[in-house]
Amino acid sequence: MSQQSKINAPKSVSGPVTWLDDRTGLANLANKKFLRKVFPDHWSFMLGEIALWSFVILLLTGVFLTFWFKPSMAEVEYHGSYELLRGLHMSDAYSSTLDISFDVRAGLLMRQVHHWAAILFIAAMMVHMLRILFTGAFRKPREINYVIGSLLLMLGILEGFAGYSLPDDLLSGTGLRIAEGLIRSVPVVGTYTSFFAFGGEFPGDDMIPRLYMLHILLIPGLLIALVTAHLVLLYYHKHTQWPGPGRTNRNVVGEPFLPIYTAKAGGFFFIIFGVTSLMGALLQINPVWKYGPYNPSEVTAGSQPDWYMGIAEGLLRIMPGWETEVFGYTLSWNVLLPGVVAPGVLFTIALLYPFIEQWITGDKREHHLLQRPRNAPSRTAFIVSLMTVYGLLWFAGGNDIIALKFDLDLNWITRFMRVLIFIGPPIAFIITKRICLGLQRADRERALHGFETGIIMRAPSGEYTERHAPLSSTETWKLVSHEQYDRPELEPAVDENGVANPASRRSRLRSKVWAFWYDDDVTNVSREELEEAHSHTDGHHRAEGTEVEGADEPSELEPKH
Amino acid sequence: MRLLSARLSARRRHPLAGLVVLLLGLGIAGGLYATVAPKPAEANAAQQELVADGRKLFLVGCASCHGKNAEGIMNASGSQQGPPLIGVGAAAVDFQVSTGRMPMAQTGAQAPRKDPLYTDEQTEALAAFVASLGPGPAIPAAEDYDYEDATEEEIVRGGELWRTNCTACHNFNASGGALPDGKYAPSLVGVDAKHMYEAMQIGPQQMPVFSDNVMTPEDKRNVIAYVKHLEQQDQPNPGGFALGSLGPVSEGLFGWIVGIGGLVIVTVWITGHGARVKK
Amino acid sequence: MSDHEIEVHDGQAGRPMDNPGLEKHHPRPTDVDPQMEKRAERQVATLFGLATLLTLGFCVAYFAVPLDASFLGWQANNLALGLTIGLALLFIGMGLIHWSRTLMNDHDIAEDRHPIASTPAARESSLAALSEGGSDSGIGRRPMIRNSLLGALGVLGLPAIVALRDLGTMPAGRPSRTVWEKGMRVVNDVTGAPIKVSDIEIGQLINAEPDVLVENEEDDPDGEENLEGHDLLNAKGKAAVIVVRIDPAKINARKARQNWGIDGVLCYSKICTHVGCPISLYEQTTHHLLCPCHQSTFDLAKDGEVIFGPAARALPQLPLAVDDEGYLIAQRDFEEPVGPSFWERGGEEDRSA
Repeated sequence: MSQQSKINAPKSVSGPVTWLDDRTGLANLANKKFLRKVFPDHWSFMLGEIALWSFVILLLTGVFLTFWFKPSMAEVEYHGSYELLRGLHMSDAYSSTLDISFDVRAGLLMRQVHHWAAILFIAAMMVHMLRILFTGAFRKPREINYVIGSLLLMLGILEGFAGYSLPDDLLSGTGLRIAEGLIRSVPVVGTYTSFFAFGGEFPGDDMIPRLYMLHILLIPGLLIALVTAHLVLLYYHKHTQWPGPGRTNRNVVGEPFLPIYTAKAGGFFFIIFGVTSLMGALLQINPVWKYGPYNPSEVTAGSQPDWYMGIAEGLLRIMPGWETEVFGYTLSWNVLLPGVVAPGVLFTIALLYPFIEQWITGDKREHHLLQRPRNAPSRTAFIVSLMTVYGLLWFAGGNDIIALKFDLDLNWITRFMRVLIFIGPPIAFIITKRICLGLQRADRERALHGFETGIIMRAPSGEYTERHAPLSSTETWKLVSHEQYDRPELEPAVDENGVANPASRRSRLRSKVWAFWYDDDVTNVSREELEEAHSHTDGHHRAEGTEVEGADEPSELEPKH
Repeated sequence: MRLLSARLSARRRHPLAGLVVLLLGLGIAGGLYATVAPKPAEANAAQQELVADGRKLFLVGCASCHGKNAEGIMNASGSQQGPPLIGVGAAAVDFQVSTGRMPMAQTGAQAPRKDPLYTDEQTEALAAFVASLGPGPAIPAAEDYDYEDATEEEIVRGGELWRTNCTACHNFNASGGALPDGKYAPSLVGVDAKHMYEAMQIGPQQMPVFSDNVMTPEDKRNVIAYVKHLEQQDQPNPGGFALGSLGPVSEGLFGWIVGIGGLVIVTVWITGHGARVKK
Repeated sequence: MSDHEIEVHDGQAGRPMDNPGLEKHHPRPTDVDPQMEKRAERQVATLFGLATLLTLGFCVAYFAVPLDASFLGWQANNLALGLTIGLALLFIGMGLIHWSRTLMNDHDIAEDRHPIASTPAARESSLAALSEGGSDSGIGRRPMIRNSLLGALGVLGLPAIVALRDLGTMPAGRPSRTVWEKGMRVVNDVTGAPIKVSDIEIGQLINAEPDVLVENEEDDPDGEENLEGHDLLNAKGKAAVIVVRIDPAKINARKARQNWGIDGVLCYSKICTHVGCPISLYEQTTHHLLCPCHQSTFDLAKDGEVIFGPAARALPQLPLAVDDEGYLIAQRDFEEPVGPSFWERGGEEDRSA
């Protein structure tokens, strides 16, 4: 405590800190390294924060809603303020949702903010995941955090679906009915699982209380635990950074958590809360009073799930009607494949991607510098093709709305999608890869020959040329600092004892996959090429240096010495 | 005053003055006659005149597809150019013509609603002509679809009928929905109560019939009352902009564009380095 | 990984040029111009001040704007509360960020990274602790104890599954049956009015229910109780039907089904065979029925066959008859399970009747 006097901290700070540390020893943990942790600045590093803060908003607004929501399917007669439903029999859940919307002040606002925040939560997790994939931030040592993030996304989707089902309006009941259909399609155990989940036949009167428990206790509990683990690992690993001047794999350059990122992240929380509140004030979402109470013999046009279930919806819509009988048992592929198998496969591919890539490259080192998407052309193209699948399925899931709003033929949209879902992703892969390779080539050109000044020179011979000016070393570094992999060496077909080597076939497969993944990449410039090019342009530069300096080019492109 | 009378008297010898007096006289006489004349006999005669007028209009505007005697025309490929109109009733003509669906501008999957081509009088004449060809639903009387004084109970009942019979095609908010092969159930927002009533009666185009014996006139009126109250209540959209009232698809679109799009712009501001002073 | 390996991979080795090092820090206008600094300070404080006012505005609006007041057809209360609190939060956030961007020290800091893995010594010492603990317990030497413990723990998973048994009742064939039975009247959904064939026009659609599911004036003709609560919904979820009338000349029904309709009046299950949405998008001219959820399309003039979309099976048809009073009744229950497929549903043979 005596050391304290050395530091110039006001008494109002040092007092409580001393008091707390005497009892907890927290200063061991919350020391300078912790409080002044460095975070690099880039907009794409804030995407996960949108998800984090949306989650906090969901917890806050969710608690408010639980004070009035009654998770019960008991039948009541509605006598609230909404005239168009007064006197109808409905479940307590639906009736209390109407009360929250019309008879509790700020209730409608909280409902709408909760729903908008849910939509943002999952959307932000998804764009955050895309950022991680596009930049290679999932590489060692961050694989575990990638897996945790993927689980968060999956749990978030389940959580969202449970919440969507709670008000027991016509739309949520229709969603549950479809979910029941999906469960039923599972071979052998499907019917039993459905009966156990719903406490008997659909809809029964157990589902809402059960979903409520999942929605406010079990899944949020898991989410909080996983979010905590995610953040602890982020703190421990330190944030990745873009390659740049002074940035290496052994440091992290940026601004300290205290005060800059406390202000930026804290401020961002308020901004996100503000934006969701404004959306809740201005944009009506899920007007349950218009859907009416759930009734298994009613349905509405435009019965869709929230966006994050859209791909399952799209798959269900474009699947042909296949069903087989096996020894008197029914296998409905038309539901099982799109509703159960395909989402699982898509999710597994996304979950395993870091491990697949590590297997191809054989790279077991730590990576803290990000890759620009163009410098991993095949990966970027692969992610874009996955996004294409996703987007097409979204489109297919909204085919009726699209047909209605754009005067298109519903059946032809579906037929078109059935084909496009197979040819779209390869096309997207090829196009994206070509774009990446083109950008790589352009980078290489710029690194070697500098940027185009736009100044046209006429030589005495009459020849016209455009003058190129050299890039600053900072700029060049950004273009050339990326690393490229060598093709893995093949294991010998027979080992030293002349016995067939089982590793050989695997290594040949790996080598082939490697070739497909990396062979086309544009080779980075070599030190010799760069030096030669620079001696050339430097000479140029020296000769007409003053003029180039005078040209109105942004000065940050100038070398800084 | 003097000035006015002076002017009038100055113009009484105008070449058109006689015509004006004549028209004025006819108008007054006709108006008086209309109020005092015995109705039925007159109605009958007027009705016949109306049918005759309707027939003329029909031959000009409708017969090319529906046939000179409204018997319908098959085109070369064996499908219907225009369906027969015998027995469809006046309600069908009134619905199709006064919503502008007929005459169709071009053949297509479905006749869209557009500005009507015929005046109310012409529509009435056409309806009278088609009604004279065979018995069918008559144009509903104003009290049939007068939803203004529906009780709360009736409106709620209408809502139940609406969700059971109508929302599958027309959507929960009457915003419309898609049907197979490019057809659609139109939006009912802003549609006349009379036309809704007629549509249920006659089942225009793809729409099924909801006959009076099954869906009684009171039921129909209740449905109309519910739909009208959906748009006319104090707070049709309590939560703000309705985003087209199309359900979660448009909500997801707004969540991505306004929510994620807006916040990504904010992230660029938060992490951007802003103006610098160069030395 | 060892320190050595991360040394090799410092992001520099083998690169075509040397890392040029951190860029020079350029000051912001607020760093050099005291007037700009003052201005930024005032801006931040103004944002925080506005936020305070708006938050107070929220509290006032909560009491001042009644719930039934409307503004542009919106709930004025929701709008007032949302706008005040939304802008207040937004201004706090903007103030904080503006402060950090203009006034806080913005010099970049470079912090060193250390390999994530522990040092070999630390790793070895924890391995040593593990093996010491292992050998102290003797778990390696006493396989009987180890295996029996593993067995005991493994079996503990069973109660976790078994105890969930009472979550629901057994299916017991219920998905294959509905409440329809011989002689039960087909009545209008909602109103419960019974239906006469003569009331139905060609092109008509009736959303209908079995008599026991709807309250009506002449209730309980056969002394049956109406269902209520979730029993009602469970039954409705399977028994809802639609009745249509198609020009008999256009009906192309299988021979076995030719006496299932009456003068073109046909009755089908309303529950889609795909995943169970109620389907009632009926196109009277094509007599096609479309499901609004996933667009399975059925041809009602042809035994409810699937003509488009993801459904695999035809829509089950309810055989109709007419009772003494001339009202529509069911001949019997559906001959096959309604709604989505399930494993025990059974093969084609029970459809052949």
